Amino acid sequence: MNVEELNVDEKIGNVKEVLTEAQKKRGVLIHAFQSIQKEHNYLPEEVLSSLSKKLNIPLSDVYSTASFYKHFYFKPRGRNVVCVCVGTACHVRGAGKVLKKIEESFGIKEGETTADMAVTLETVGCVGCCGLAPVVTVNEEVVGDLNPKKVDEVITMVEEK
Amino acid sequence: MAKLQIIADLTNLRKLLEEETFKPDVARIRLCSGTACTATGTPKVVTALEEEAARRGLTLDVVKTGCQGLCQKGPVMRVEPQGIFYQKVKPDHAKSILAYTVVGGTPFRQSLYREDILSEPIPEMTDVPFYKKQLRIALRNNGVIDPKNIYHYIAVGGYKALEKALGTMTPDQVLSEVDKANLRGRGGAGFPAGKKWKHTKSDKSKVKFVIANGDEGDPGAFMDRSVMEGDPHSLFEGMILCAYAIGAEYGMIYVRHEYPLAVKNLTLAIKQAEDLGLLGKNILGSGLNFTIDIREGAGAFVCGESTALVASIEGERGFPRPRPPRLSERGGGAWGYPSNLNNIETYACVPPIIEKGADWFLGIGTKNSPGTKVFALTGKVVNTGLVEVPMGISLREIIYDIGGGLMNNKKFKAVQTGGPSGGCIPEQHLDLPVDFDSLASVGSMMGSGGMVVMDEDNCMVDVAKYFLSFCQSESCGKCPPCRIGTYQMLEILERITSGKGEQGDIERLEEIGNLIKEGALCGLGNSAPNPVLTTIKYFRQEYEEHIHDKYCHAKACSGLGKFRIEHEECFLCGLCKEACAFDAVKETRDSYFIDQDYCTKCKACYSACPIGAVKVEKQTRRAVKQEVV
Repeated sequence: MNVEELNVDEKIGNVKEVLTEAQKKRGVLIHAFQSIQKEHNYLPEEVLSSLSKKLNIPLSDVYSTASFYKHFYFKPRGRNVVCVCVGTACHVRGAGKVLKKIEESFGIKEGETTADMAVTLETVGCVGCCGLAPVVTVNEEVVGDLNPKKVDEVITMVEEK
Repeated sequence: MAKLQIIADLTNLRKLLEEETFKPDVARIRLCSGTACTATGTPKVVTALEEEAARRGLTLDVVKTGCQGLCQKGPVMRVEPQGIFYQKVKPDHAKSILAYTVVGGTPFRQSLYREDILSEPIPEMTDVPFYKKQLRIALRNNGVIDPKNIYHYIAVGGYKALEKALGTMTPDQVLSEVDKANLRGRGGAGFPAGKKWKHTKSDKSKVKFVIANGDEGDPGAFMDRSVMEGDPHSLFEGMILCAYAIGAEYGMIYVRHEYPLAVKNLTLAIKQAEDLGLLGKNILGSGLNFTIDIREGAGAFVCGESTALVASIEGERGFPRPRPPRLSERGGGAWGYPSNLNNIETYACVPPIIEKGADWFLGIGTKNSPGTKVFALTGKVVNTGLVEVPMGISLREIIYDIGGGLMNNKKFKAVQTGGPSGGCIPEQHLDLPVDFDSLASVGSMMGSGGMVVMDEDNCMVDVAKYFLSFCQSESCGKCPPCRIGTYQMLEILERITSGKGEQGDIERLEEIGNLIKEGALCGLGNSAPNPVLTTIKYFRQEYEEHIHDKYCHAKACSGLGKFRIEHEECFLCGLCKEACAFDAVKETRDSYFIDQDYCTKCKACYSACPIGAVKVEKQTRRAVKQEVV
């Protein structure tokens, strides 16, 4: 997203009628992070600093807010993101084993990215697909009802991408 | 779409739609397109159905509905007018289903629901035990309509409550109806919605907000997701009614970032409602102005707490703050304006209350908790999925009658209700009628309605550790009791589950737990110790076994017990020797054995053995003592 083109009034929505300029700018901050991350896959420093100028919020404050939320990353991520759900339902149905197996086959730990930037492995609290526990998501796609064989399929699927 | 100018326009539109949509003489398939069923193959089934229908030249109405509940058996669908229910539908089955049911009018046996492989299949949805005891109010349209089509919602009686409220009721009447119905907040605490509305209304501020809390962070709960994805308009209708009652102009839905489909469906639905004039200025000519904006979260559990949610909406770090001022007061809500915040499910319950009256609602459920509650039944039960049942039903009925009992006929151990803030309920309380107060009386809580069933293979100490580590990592870090307390408790639990527990650890856990409960700032912190405290209350002997006998009954924790290879069962595959990183598995000419001096109890051999010949046994007290020295 081009920070210069960010239209604060449009993004804040209908509530703009009752907000001050500063409130509006603050209010779109998280939304701006999301758009930036969608494009760059993470939050690059130079984009954040131009965002800070545009919204008139100190860069330290911008970082403070972004780092509070788990969803925002400050380092580039892999082309494919494999996310293992470790929510309650998945936990009692063996998410730990799934995570271990995927960690071993890609040679990375949770939260890391392979050296060739192909895969990032993450965990999530719950994707709300508990009926199919244990579950992993590959990019946006949900793969559920995992068993050892299916985990292998997921791994080959990611490797092929 | 032409804008609806007056209430009569909506009435006329509905009359027209009732006749035009869902015509009884057209073959119709209501196919679940919720997240779980989509993951198991709905899109392919749709293509297969459409191709086959086109080949046969059939007019077929495929309705892609929201979550129908029985996620375990997805993709599920219902064929009308026969009313036959199919589960685990594969694209190949689509052909046969069209041939047998749509053309021939008879069931296709292979895809029918069965209790188990030997029992007779059940063709009708209403006879399937999973659906039999359910009563759907909040999920009334899930599985019936296409959430992407506002006309479907109107055709099944949607916005009827709005029509009634705007046409015949004053805002005060709407409010008193909700108050009379004693609708309690479905998000967890169970605070009566009517009281909250009254409080927000009583403030003189000209600007007010109606906020819907869709930050469903509780692992194991997904009812709000189902409503947002499967029936967004019932949420809007509830919010508009609330806005009418309290005099608010702005609405806000805070959705978890992990629910992309919900964001998509909500955005589309808002657009459709605005085009029809059901949102915006002067709704149906009544003079009511109301708009809805969506705010996406960014992965912080604590933002489900009301004050933290408001901070997040404003673009700040999602820190909770002390109350008062409450959200409903000036200075408390979003940007300081009084705000009424309710859970998604609560708003979805409002339209039926207005339409059918408070007395109807009071007739369902228990005296102090009227109505129904949606539970996300998960864990080690046969049928997992979303169930909506009247309050007062017993846990046993939910788990055994609806859920179909435990997987693989294992023994029931506990059910965890209320997510990470709730507690574990043991077998002796299974006949407890479920409502807000009864669950609290046994140390747990309703929470958002997660219900995770655990069997004898789940170690309660491990489960408590899991929930605590969730709360610990999600703690925002603002107040010390939560930040430091949960960390300390987790340290102790780590020690216990790795075989280094000490005398007095249980008491320490209880002491710190109670301190956190009293001292923490927000609901997340107050309830974080609950899983540990309830497991200590009901499963103290398991903790003691871990500490004194260094043994985990469920064999879930590593670092405990004595490992031994059963020679009678071993078939000499050697996988255990390969798995052991410490060379503790020794090989003789005709057997394998474990050298206790080298064994670190890492459980690698135990998980490697394909036939379960590696046994974990309880040690004698003397052996334990020697080990500790």
